[in-house]
Amino acid sequence: MATTVHEPPKIEIDRLPSHGSGNGGWRNLVPADGDLRRVKDSSPPPASTGIWVGLAAITMTFAAFTSALIVRQGTAPLVHIALPPVLYLNTLLIIASSISLEAARRRIAAFMGAMQNGVQNDVQNEPNRANPARWLYITLLLGLLFVAGQTFAWMQLRSQGFGLATNVSYSFFYVLTVAHALHVFGGLGGLVRVIRKLNKSVLRRSTLDATSRYWHFMGALWVYLLLLLWMKL
Amino acid sequence: MHDMSAPAVHGAPTSFIRKHVFSTDHKVIGKQYYALALVAAFVGMFLSWIMRIHLGWGSFAIPGLHLLSKTGAPGDVLTPEYYLQLMTMHGTIMVFFVLTTAPFAAFGNFFLPIQTGAEDMPFPHFNMMSFWVTFVGFLVLVASFFLGDGPTLGGWTQYAPLSAIGSVGGPGEGLGVVLWATSIAIFCIGQLLGSLNFITTTLDMRCKGMSLMRLPLSTWAWFITSIMGLTAFAVLLPACILLILDNVAGTSFFVASNLVINDQMLPHSGGSTLLWQHLFWFFGHPEVYIAIVPGMGIVSHVLITNMRRPMLSHRVLIYSMGSLAVLSYMVYGHHMFVSGMNPISSLAFSFPTLVITIPSTIVVLIWLGSLYGSRLRINAASLFALGFISMFISGGISGFFLAQPSIDIMLHATYFVVGHFHLVMGVAAMFGIFAGTYFWFPKMVGRMMNETLGKIHFWMSFVGAYCIFMPFHYLGIASNVRRYQAFTDDYLIPLIPVHKFITIAALFTGFAQLIFLYNLIHSRFWGAHAPNDNPWEGTSLEWSTATPPPHNNFGDKMPVVYHDPYQYSVEGASADYIMQASPENVHSPDEEK
Repeated sequence: MATTVHEPPKIEIDRLPSHGSGNGGWRNLVPADGDLRRVKDSSPPPASTGIWVGLAAITMTFAAFTSALIVRQGTAPLVHIALPPVLYLNTLLIIASSISLEAARRRIAAFMGAMQNGVQNDVQNEPNRANPARWLYITLLLGLLFVAGQTFAWMQLRSQGFGLATNVSYSFFYVLTVAHALHVFGGLGGLVRVIRKLNKSVLRRSTLDATSRYWHFMGALWVYLLLLLWMKL
Repeated sequence: MHDMSAPAVHGAPTSFIRKHVFSTDHKVIGKQYYALALVAAFVGMFLSWIMRIHLGWGSFAIPGLHLLSKTGAPGDVLTPEYYLQLMTMHGTIMVFFVLTTAPFAAFGNFFLPIQTGAEDMPFPHFNMMSFWVTFVGFLVLVASFFLGDGPTLGGWTQYAPLSAIGSVGGPGEGLGVVLWATSIAIFCIGQLLGSLNFITTTLDMRCKGMSLMRLPLSTWAWFITSIMGLTAFAVLLPACILLILDNVAGTSFFVASNLVINDQMLPHSGGSTLLWQHLFWFFGHPEVYIAIVPGMGIVSHVLITNMRRPMLSHRVLIYSMGSLAVLSYMVYGHHMFVSGMNPISSLAFSFPTLVITIPSTIVVLIWLGSLYGSRLRINAASLFALGFISMFISGGISGFFLAQPSIDIMLHATYFVVGHFHLVMGVAAMFGIFAGTYFWFPKMVGRMMNETLGKIHFWMSFVGAYCIFMPFHYLGIASNVRRYQAFTDDYLIPLIPVHKFITIAALFTGFAQLIFLYNLIHSRFWGAHAPNDNPWEGTSLEWSTATPPPHNNFGDKMPVVYHDPYQYSVEGASADYIMQASPENVHSPDEEK
């Protein structure tokens, strides 16, 4: 990791190494001048790796819920339930939020790129430089509307007498949608953090990219869950 | 929340709270995990003593036992239900809060960043949360001793429908199960946060020159384990949520229709009884390897340092541990051979179960082949490492039998299985923890442990463990059923002397652990100071830094790695080893030719 290296190593080009052997250290395999170039200065920032690791864990969690639904279906047929129509509107909302976030991300990335290239003056003169934050606010609003829409769907079902324990189909419906909404709340927290950092001009590109990947994943996960619920329940 | 993209550098804390309690320093967190595991291990051990005394002398009154539960131990003698409740707590505490936390979370937290050459984990606040969440999980579990009618009695596997039907199932069912499932769900969150840090540290935080294949075997083991942890605990978490809902919200995920318990028709309908087993064992079998793979890494690291030469093949050992991790997800059904599954499914799970013995055998052969002809330095750490191999082989061999459905159906509910898994994942993993403790203690606290007491501890534990768990196999072959609190059937009565022998062995072995505890505490405060930063003459990065390591692990000068991790007995070198961070240049004989 580049940030931990205080003393850059010297590599003698004329005596290039016989590469790390992977044999632990048998003396005839690895001379002292092992290849220092194998770990590059450009290791990805931990946030980039971390978000993929986190998404892998979330994937496993929802895979477990899915397999539970399938195993349960194999025991006895599930009772068919009608999904609240508002879910389809919510689907459009979360897809729209992904589009607006991507718009924000690209604008901010372009802004950061321009900063790095030393054209600050041009950037500051850019009339639409507040746009990135505006797109982020739109994403936040769409996300909140999505959660509100989900809440409306749950309340609608409750008012019709369909609760968590009505039957197994409703149990799975509530568990899957609530679990997803809780994860969306995490994404909303991430968006608020990105906006706050952007306003303070301390936003890192990797933070933005990680939040963006998480949010897009939430959208894709919702589409998957809707299809699953639609097909299985 | 920690800025996810910020480097892991953070200033040294000054207040007591931030330095020792809510610390973000991976080394403090590692020690906290170790302390938690130590407390949990002794709680678990005392529970096993109570159970063993009860099994040997059923009417024996254990003074003061009623203080634990008046209803569970009237007159200081266990009731049958309370025996099961203690058994459940013993298994849960040992598997989750000892075998997972000590070798993986404790040692991994302390040494993985140092061995990779990092200043800290990339997400130190998540790391701090990981420990404290786990600690809360432990408190919730222990709270079940004192709330309602005590802890759950369903065993550490919490099979449904018993675990999902509420208080009608018996003492501890209902609130006890809810506390159990809540505790484990919290534990899962803690381990997920920990795994996130372990994986990203290994991939992104390595110092200059530290390629993946230059990582020590212990780091590789923690890395592989963290991947298993990430995927396994992410499955157990939703399973626990569904179990809690069945208990508190009246859902029917795990309870079938028209179930009658204690003459009472349950209101649940439409659940799948086997669903819990599928979800649990998808986690449960990888959990076995989560417990044992860190021990493999620790033992390899300890042995290499004491053999003064690398393993026969560094790379094959890593691939074998990785294969164990992959295969561990494909074999979980062998825990369900007696669940009435389709025989074809049994065959499908039996085959990978037999296949998984191949990487296990390769690992063992590499250890034995590397040991052959080596002049091993005998000390407490290397003895426990040898003990680990012995236990792993002994316990693993009985696994061959249990992998076959036709034999497993006979042996599944007997003490044969208890002997098998205690040796292969319980005692072996504990020996790995002990090896790591004796080996790394000087680096962790700056003092040496008493070697004589360590060797006494080893021999008593080694002999004692075999005296406990080998007779279990005999009992199993004699059809001694497990989970029973008393053996009153005619065919079991002749076996009671064996149980008495096992109980005496358990008390003897437990006493050895008290010697270890004394040694640990005494050495921590009054032990001889470590003679230098590298008392074992090791090569990996933890031995390049100060003892104990400074806040950012390496002080002002971060390491640069020039070598593979285990360069011992190098011809032409100034010593019989070259440290990874040493720029010393030695030409290999091959190169000279």
